[in-house]
Amino acid sequence: MEGGGSYESGDLDNLKATELRLGLPGTDEPEKLPSMLPRSSKRAILEANESQSKRNPSEIKSLEEDQKPAAKAQIVGWPPIRSYRKNSYQAMKMEAETTGMYVKVSMDGAPYLRKIDLKVYEGYKELREALEDMFKCFSLGEISRMDESNVHEYAITYEDKDGDWMLVGDVPWEMFLSSCKRMRIMKGSEAKGLGSIP
Amino acid sequence: MTYFPEEVVEHIFDFLSSHRDHNAVSTVCKAWYRVERLSRRSVFVGNCYAVRPERVVARFPGVRSLSVKGKPHFADFNLVPDDWGGFALPWIEAFARGSPGLEELRLKRMVVSDECLELLARFFPNFKVLVLISCEGFSTDGLAAIATHCRVLRELDLQENEVEDRGPRWLSCFPDSCTSLVSLNFACLKGEVNAGALERLVARCPNIRTLRLNCAVSVDSLSKILACAPHLVDLGTGSFTIDHPAEAYHRLINNFTKYKSLKSLSGFWDASPRCLPAVYPICGNLTGLNLSYAPAIQGADLIKLIRLCLKLQRLWVLDCIGDKGLAVVASTCKELQELRVFPSDVCGAGTAAVTEEGLVAISSGCPKLNSLLYFCHQMTNAALVTVAKNCPYFTRFRLCILDPGKPDPVTNQPLDEGFGAIVQSCKDLRRLSLSGLLTDQVFLYIGMYAERLEMLSIAFAGDSDKGMVYVLNGCKNLRKLEIRDSPFGDAALLEDVGKYETMRSLWMSSCYVTLKGCKTLAAKMPRLNVEVINERDESNEMEENPSDLRIVEKMYVYRTVAGPRNDAPDFVWML
Repeated sequence: MEGGGSYESGDLDNLKATELRLGLPGTDEPEKLPSMLPRSSKRAILEANESQSKRNPSEIKSLEEDQKPAAKAQIVGWPPIRSYRKNSYQAMKMEAETTGMYVKVSMDGAPYLRKIDLKVYEGYKELREALEDMFKCFSLGEISRMDESNVHEYAITYEDKDGDWMLVGDVPWEMFLSSCKRMRIMKGSEAKGLGSIP
Repeated sequence: MTYFPEEVVEHIFDFLSSHRDHNAVSTVCKAWYRVERLSRRSVFVGNCYAVRPERVVARFPGVRSLSVKGKPHFADFNLVPDDWGGFALPWIEAFARGSPGLEELRLKRMVVSDECLELLARFFPNFKVLVLISCEGFSTDGLAAIATHCRVLRELDLQENEVEDRGPRWLSCFPDSCTSLVSLNFACLKGEVNAGALERLVARCPNIRTLRLNCAVSVDSLSKILACAPHLVDLGTGSFTIDHPAEAYHRLINNFTKYKSLKSLSGFWDASPRCLPAVYPICGNLTGLNLSYAPAIQGADLIKLIRLCLKLQRLWVLDCIGDKGLAVVASTCKELQELRVFPSDVCGAGTAAVTEEGLVAISSGCPKLNSLLYFCHQMTNAALVTVAKNCPYFTRFRLCILDPGKPDPVTNQPLDEGFGAIVQSCKDLRRLSLSGLLTDQVFLYIGMYAERLEMLSIAFAGDSDKGMVYVLNGCKNLRKLEIRDSPFGDAALLEDVGKYETMRSLWMSSCYVTLKGCKTLAAKMPRLNVEVINERDESNEMEENPSDLRIVEKMYVYRTVAGPRNDAPDFVWML
């Protein structure tokens, strides 16, 4: 019999337990894949995409030591983009990473604006703390202090790529970083009903 | 027909424009063969190993224009090891010896050394046009040689090559007497450029129509260049960022306003959105726009720009344009024929940028669309069926769903029906790339309906040998078939061995083909080269244990009249 691997059916069952699969874990991937992947496992490394998977990630066998845990599947030659273009993107990304991401921050009532580098913060908490620090000199009240009606005095908002003013904190931090163009700390009276900031 | 004097026949042949027609008439009879070979001015060699360069020179002594392609297409995606082959030197040497009247050379995916470029510069006195696409192996020193010695150079077009930067001197090598340039494209060079030399060069070439600068050219320089090249048709901007505002910017705006002839715009490396308004005046004339290297241009800025481009026929963008941005394209660019949407976040779990919605919008707004390259996160059968109905004129349809083997997210079905609709509706489809979850069914459709299909790319698709067989049996005009990570084995490979002589090449990697299958194919078909490409570290292992049942990692089969090649490295086995 030609073709296929030289695996016997018993081996297939054992292989299944440790198989590398293409696609999300638990999806109805047909039997076509199991006997293919162990053979090509040297080059195909798979990891379920954490953010898309609703199930527990399947067990993974990784052969590359320095792989970022959050990185999506790194299959050789996929997606099919010319190396030249891929290298350019990487260069652009690296440059974007080294240069800071400075955005203007205005606060209602403050006489001048400030600029902050969003890259240096790990998440919304640090950002809020930094903003508080920066603007407290204006003695306009604390950003996170609540008044009697349990509403925050200020709301931190940002202008996104489409030009809309959004409340800071709704979207994942990475998404916020990529869409924030500038920020505005809005007075509570104007920010009525915007709710609390995490 | 034999009563026609040869001069008359030759005159008639001069009117033939396509290579295929030339090839066809040369097989009619000996007389026509003779006339045709002497009158042939342009030769296209789709696979550099299909024929020996000396043979081409001998048969066509009057050739003025030569195009040669080297590595298989999947080399673009790092699937072919670096030293596999595709050397330009034998071609240039053969022509230097036998046909130095060569005027134009176009090479794609070949290894071009500085020595090659020096030969070109010195041995071809009428050399006018050099186009290098996705090549490697040369440096700016080689370009310096071309600049220095090619007295009548008209076109120097470097597209997406890996060029070693040895300094900016090459541009200064164009002598003051060089005034013949019509097209200069050095966008792929990474290094610094001598701005003054560039400005003077452009100023003394009155016929320059295409100018594509690299990212090292500043806005300041761009302004000066534009001022002395008022008839430009195709411009690749340089860096397009402004550190010190005002003056350079205003000069830029002034210059752009004068540009009535600009039809195509690209570049925008590091472009900052603030500079975009400078190009607004000419957007209405643009037929081509390439923003695929400008990730900073997105959202409202991008949409504002697109809304002005009413005549756009060709658009290349990044997927950060989003479905909403594509909807704007659909409502604005009614003349759109070619669209390419590239992924901006190649390896991250970023925000899903474009989906089937964007594509459907484009298809309903742009009925003239005939060429598509679309990277997206998901696709549905319903969307593909709609697209097929809206755009029956596709000649090139390449869809890449970033997650391999992903089904229709709405129905959880494979995308067989969707692609089936495309091949059924688009009668002129010549090139197709598949992705997503696909079974043998899609190949049945392709075999049945894709009559004009010439190139098919398959990845992570199919269930069994039947899939590949459907394609081999059905697609009469198939020229290139490339398959990766699909369950096709020896049975499919050997089903119709004669088919491969009607094709340019077949590539199979990470499939089920064994060494025995390859050897069988090689034995049956002496006019095919069957190459088994091993990973370098595996090749020693393979030497000791070449079991025939071992699955072959990469196989490349192509028809040839040149016999097995003699420049193959160790890890490539010629069977």
